[in-house]
Amino acid sequence: MVIPTFVGVTLLTFALIRLIPGDPVELMAGERGVDPARHAELLAQMGLDKPLLVQYWNYLTGIFQGDLGTSIVTREPVIREFFTLFPATMELSLCAITIAVLVGLPAGIIAAVRRGKVTDYTVMGLSLTGYSMPIFWWGLLLILLFSVGLGWTPVSGRISAMFWVDEVTGFMLIDAFLSDEAGALTSAIRHLILPSIVLATIPLAVIARMTRSSMLEVLREDYVQVARAKGLAMWLVVCVHALRNALIPVITVIGLQIGVLMAGAILTETIFSWPGIGKWLLDSIYRRDYPSVQGGILLIACIVIVVNLTVDILYGVVNPRIRHNR
Amino acid sequence: MSDQIQTALVDELTPPGPIREFWNYFSDNRGALIGFGFILAVLLAALFANLLTPHSPYEQYRDYILTPPAWQDGGLWRFPLGTDEVGRDILTRLIFGGRMSLFIGMLVVSLSLLVGTLIGLISGYAKGMTDTLIMRAMDIIMALPSLLLALAIVTILGPGLINAAIAIAITYLPHYVRITRASVIAESSKDYVTASRVSGAGVMRLIFITILPNCMAPLIVQASLGFSNAILDAAALGFIGLGAQPPSPEWGSMLANALEFIQRAWWVVTFPGLMILLTVLAFNLMGDGLRDALDPKMKL
Repeated sequence: MVIPTFVGVTLLTFALIRLIPGDPVELMAGERGVDPARHAELLAQMGLDKPLLVQYWNYLTGIFQGDLGTSIVTREPVIREFFTLFPATMELSLCAITIAVLVGLPAGIIAAVRRGKVTDYTVMGLSLTGYSMPIFWWGLLLILLFSVGLGWTPVSGRISAMFWVDEVTGFMLIDAFLSDEAGALTSAIRHLILPSIVLATIPLAVIARMTRSSMLEVLREDYVQVARAKGLAMWLVVCVHALRNALIPVITVIGLQIGVLMAGAILTETIFSWPGIGKWLLDSIYRRDYPSVQGGILLIACIVIVVNLTVDILYGVVNPRIRHNR
Repeated sequence: MSDQIQTALVDELTPPGPIREFWNYFSDNRGALIGFGFILAVLLAALFANLLTPHSPYEQYRDYILTPPAWQDGGLWRFPLGTDEVGRDILTRLIFGGRMSLFIGMLVVSLSLLVGTLIGLISGYAKGMTDTLIMRAMDIIMALPSLLLALAIVTILGPGLINAAIAIAITYLPHYVRITRASVIAESSKDYVTASRVSGAGVMRLIFITILPNCMAPLIVQASLGFSNAILDAAALGFIGLGAQPPSPEWGSMLANALEFIQRAWWVVTFPGLMILLTVLAFNLMGDGLRDALDPKMKL
């Protein structure tokens, strides 16, 4: 399942760069143009004069050796650029998914327990609004309100320019914590909070909706009725008996949010000038730096595939019912 | 008197027709009705945009750059929601923007619905190797986040409204393919299909006349929800400059430069996004209502 998908994605990214009008040499030469002899020489140098099948084979073997090509703009290996910027995106995504789970789960549970009441309608209404939110506008709105209006948070970047934090892990929160500069951590948190909320919005809405419907289903089960009939308090039944089974479908949904997070990162990072892979990918598209676009898409797709696989495996761990044919 | 009771009883006993039944369920859902009403309003405004506003969405009133909304100090009733950075009336651009958003939604949904249903029918009916190949291809599309795939496709095709629509349509193909395939597989083992086959119906007739109508309900629901996704993604592409190109009054691309004006002109930032949110919300509400009304499993 994973391998065919991976091969398919490499085919797609391989095709991407060949479907774009103009070949890489012309692209690198840009407006200046290049004389035909040199053109052919460079093509041969890059192996682009060989049959497509051979080119694809070279591309594939290159990938397994960690060679995703070189950026046209910076002349740096794409893979190095990607992994330099990746921690920033990962930090943002982790914070976002944490917010989404910490708020979404309780909201969904409360909505399910208070089914048909005002609380339920409020939670569901808000989550449908969140689900329909154009997050790039939501980001602008939050900047308008909290940065411009109230002056609580900075507008862009990962940390104030006043601080020079040594890069240890690439995660600004940890690096700022490790540095002995006073106030660095606060600054990092203040920079992180708005982008995280923006990126968390859609996953939060999805998680709340899923938790509610899965909780409602479980609350109808006989064992829940029995627990209630024994005289256990409602919150105890919900948190101890029902939640464990209600969580099973929610875990899958949380796993599926990785794709949403990666797509959302492109928009969120652009608005908040967050130096991660989303902004880098978009900048690469603007600069017509196609090797970077190609490598970036491949790597993001791989991350999504690996996370989804992990979720599938985890699903078997938490839900013994589907662990049948070993 | 007894006649009246008689007719009332008869009315109650005759089952409502399918459309009537659908409407009964659909109109029970207040959210769905509100959503439907809002979409109707946007649609009418888009159709009669020329009659509704005296301005052109492209006309630049150079003397009235960044005029605030009418109710604020310095606002003019000539420009109820204010003007943008080159003096264009924002309300006019929002009304005309509805045209583009509904158009792109329609284009994306019809493209992905038509192509997706066709591929799904083939996949579900042919089975075997064809089916496997098609489903693997769909898995690859699904492995990529939709906006990312759309970005990749737009990179190949070049920016623009139509190209954005094609790109988004491709990213949503798998949903339609999978739904159609699943219903085709579920339906084709049923007796009425066997009966039809035994009576000598050809492949085309079996697929399109016997099976397809019974797979429609989930497809309609998906199409309605697909509308909201299409509008959202098209606006996102417009916002990052790869969808509709300026100066066209598309809601997403109206926000493309909004970050510059965030300090001094909140109205430039606020209204286009609000329209996107409300329209997408309306389609989602309507989609939920459609699902409740069309999905037999939900009916008691």
